[in-house]
Amino acid sequence: MPDDVKKPTEEGSGFSRRDFLKISSISAAAVPLIGTRVVEAAGTPVKVYGPDKVPIELTVNGKKHSLQLEPRVTLLEALRDDLDLTGSKRVCDHAECGACTVLLDNKVVYACSLLAIEAPGKQITTIEALMQGGKLHPIQQAFMDNDASQCGFCTPGFVVATKAFLDKHPKATAEDIRRGMSGNLCRCGTYHGIQKVIAQFTQKGA
Amino acid sequence: MPDYSWPPPENRNLIGKRISRVDSPVKVSGRAKYTYDYNPSGMLYGKILRSPHAKAKIVTIDTSSAEKMPGVKAVQIAQKVGSTVQWAGDEVVGVAAVDEVTAEDAIRAIKVTYQPLPHLVSDAEPPAGAAETPGPLSVDDLEDMLDNQVRPREMAEQIQQYGITFKADDKTLEGLKSDGATDDVLAALRTAPVHENAESKPKSNYSKAAAQTQGEPDKAFSDAEIISEGIYGAPVITHCCLESHGATPEWTDDDHLMVHISTQNVSGIAGQMADPIGIPAANIRVHQDHIGGGFGSKFGPDRWTIVAAQLSKKAGGKPVRVMLERNSELEVAGCRPSAYARVKVAAKKDGTITGWQSQSWGTGGPGGGGMPPIPYVFNIPNQRKEHTAIHNNIGPARAWRAPNHPQAAVITMGALEDTAAKLNMDPVDFFLKNIELTTKDRQNVYREELAIASDLMDWKNKWKPRGQNISGHIARGLGLSVHTWGGRGHASDCDLTLHPDGSVDIKMGTQDIGTGTRTTILIVAADTLGIPMDAINLFIGDTLYPPSGGSGGSTTPGGVSSSTRRAAVDARDALFEKVAPALNAQPADLESVNGTVRVKSDHSRSLSWKQACTKLGAMPLTVRGKNPDKSKPPDLTNSGVGGVGMAEVEVDTETGVVKVKKMVAVQDCGLIIDLKMAESSCYGAMVMGISYALFEEKVMDQTTGRMLNPNMEFYRLAGLNDIPDLVVHMMTGKGYDERGVIGLGEPPVISPGAAISNAVANATGVRVPFLPLTPDRVLAALGQKAGA
Repeated sequence: MPDDVKKPTEEGSGFSRRDFLKISSISAAAVPLIGTRVVEAAGTPVKVYGPDKVPIELTVNGKKHSLQLEPRVTLLEALRDDLDLTGSKRVCDHAECGACTVLLDNKVVYACSLLAIEAPGKQITTIEALMQGGKLHPIQQAFMDNDASQCGFCTPGFVVATKAFLDKHPKATAEDIRRGMSGNLCRCGTYHGIQKVIAQFTQKGA
Repeated sequence: MPDYSWPPPENRNLIGKRISRVDSPVKVSGRAKYTYDYNPSGMLYGKILRSPHAKAKIVTIDTSSAEKMPGVKAVQIAQKVGSTVQWAGDEVVGVAAVDEVTAEDAIRAIKVTYQPLPHLVSDAEPPAGAAETPGPLSVDDLEDMLDNQVRPREMAEQIQQYGITFKADDKTLEGLKSDGATDDVLAALRTAPVHENAESKPKSNYSKAAAQTQGEPDKAFSDAEIISEGIYGAPVITHCCLESHGATPEWTDDDHLMVHISTQNVSGIAGQMADPIGIPAANIRVHQDHIGGGFGSKFGPDRWTIVAAQLSKKAGGKPVRVMLERNSELEVAGCRPSAYARVKVAAKKDGTITGWQSQSWGTGGPGGGGMPPIPYVFNIPNQRKEHTAIHNNIGPARAWRAPNHPQAAVITMGALEDTAAKLNMDPVDFFLKNIELTTKDRQNVYREELAIASDLMDWKNKWKPRGQNISGHIARGLGLSVHTWGGRGHASDCDLTLHPDGSVDIKMGTQDIGTGTRTTILIVAADTLGIPMDAINLFIGDTLYPPSGGSGGSTTPGGVSSSTRRAAVDARDALFEKVAPALNAQPADLESVNGTVRVKSDHSRSLSWKQACTKLGAMPLTVRGKNPDKSKPPDLTNSGVGGVGMAEVEVDTETGVVKVKKMVAVQDCGLIIDLKMAESSCYGAMVMGISYALFEEKVMDQTTGRMLNPNMEFYRLAGLNDIPDLVVHMMTGKGYDERGVIGLGEPPVISPGAAISNAVANATGVRVPFLPLTPDRVLAALGQKAGA
């Protein structure tokens, strides 16, 4: 992708950070830019994307996808609407409930609160990757055995969060679990089952 | 006559066991497709412009800029100029565009001017004398009710009760019909008393919704040995379904609409869309595979689905997805009515309750709402009750899991616990002392349940009189509540087909709202046919299948299990007819067990299920089972359950933070189909109870008329860190199983709020009047006690 570096001037073809903020606050659609460019803002080169669609390459579950997206599209929207990976759910859309939990380079993130343009070059893992060869991942099997889902809408987020939590804290205590998993919310109230799922693995690991 | 009755315990191979949900694998792996996940190619994204005012007249609407934007495919006005919006977030204009961000841009380009009108979003106690008796209804009143989406049944009742100010001629009725009046409402209008000369008085926000007297309340209070007085209540809360409300309608041709919708009511949606869309219900197909929560708020198509269908029509029939954003989900897609009451209880020194008096109030949004069933569970002999309905602009009320019962429990159990405290009685003893005030059929159920719950809570050892279990700044306490619910099975049709190759399919227009409906149907069918559950293909969630009731009021388990049982018995017996000659036996001598059809008295004479089905010949055999069906007795479902909830809490008297330490639920629900799922229902209900007891409240800003917390940060749900030790005990066996199948969705969610409120009162020695029991409220109550 073309990275044209333009020196900002007081009045000229480039624009200062202040101008950029002013323009974007009025209307993003008014900025006559396509693709990505780099401008210098406050003495540092800054990549400027959009506002029209820009090419974005995402690596999801080991597979590369080339997409054309507006920079304001979130990672969650890109996964769900453009890649049809609908296991990650859109619920609060504000990083409050965890239903969209995915892994970014094995770190738990809320896909609703990252822009898709922040994700290229990183390994994105979604719930769809956990089942291998038609067989449930042991954590998924434990969710089933402990009846840890009812309507099931929060479940994929919980499964991904649980996997990440257990990978990091194989010997977690009950208290650790309660604290560590507080970033995901369930409306049907399946926490009793989820606690049993995690306890099953931490006790085995201990 | 075939024997449809539920099998005796020794013949139940699956019914009543702990069986994993059949849809768990698709849910835990993210493969379950919800309405929000339906993503057909060419789909357009619909967005709704919503009113920023709680009450306002729409003066102008200018959509011209939005219509000209590239990527915008359709614009639809939801409420025309001159309409009055009645709550913030009410739908005004819809747009459909090629992607979501374009649709959002288009919404911002629409210019609407409003004339704001005075609003009321408070549900504080009405000023004395404010409540008016509603007069006869004018055409304007009815138009307002239709605008406010008052439920048809409620409208019909008010029309019959208060009469109308106009002649219900054909022209007027036609006009009301075109504005959305249902046939029930029109029928009520035709027979309503007409008061043509009635004065039209300005409408008050407060109406007298109930005034009831029973026995001799005055005498009961003058004779009382003790009187306990208090104030109790629960605020408006929202449903906060994780999958927001919404749908993706598409026109498959000029006259046929296909609707993917998130609903608790697959079979009931088309009939509600036919009039507003203007095509026959038969031309509307409705489909849903999975739903991310409903809790009583997803029975209708809602205006946004109608708008989405209209947008689709304008866009050449392309699918248009309208799923609510989280803020709209919380603002407009479901309010549980509030209920508050000033209560006086009269009792004797031995603990006998003799009288009840309550002045209650609450809001169900513009429609006002009614009085919750107080006093709850205990039919106190002498009562005087008045209820004032507050008609305000917080948004329309919707049924919320166990409608009106949690509020009734908070008010009643709070008042009774306060009475017990005044008498210095253990509330368990106090409830037992008055158990004969509960309905006769359930007294023994409550006695048994109270005993079991007390054991599981270790109540006798742990319970201390009020405020006497405090160490440092931590106060500990126990609380109790009892509850009841109906739960009879709804109407349900089930088609069951046996194929000559031994495969089986079941088709039913029901839905699995997370309560395990799929699993319930398969357990009943498999147990009846004597084949494994995974040998049956189950198809639900579509109007192509026979109708089955909406999933509300805990009516689904009884409904679908009864229709499935009758279908499976008939199919099995029809198969036995065909197979009997090959086994040289009479059909009545056969049984089907573990995939084998055999002679009961001689198991060596048998055919595998597959071999047996070849006897059907070339054609499959389809039978329909129904519920209810008096021609095929016995009744397989029933109504009326009892349950007990107990809570143990710790209250930090310095910070006001309440921590629930342990909860116990003891519940009956007749014959249990799947014990594992039944227990999950109770665990989940206790969690939901902790959530509404401690955190949930729709907070309204009086100045702007808007909800202040329409997000999941400030509209808080309980998380894992709030969950204590939870104990569930299901009542099963003799005295319970033979009642038949009764629903379980509502009952266990009723008592937790009341039990937690009572536990906090027991811990601190002071009643925190209203839920949620937030730190500020707890500290305020403690402060009042200290100052008193």
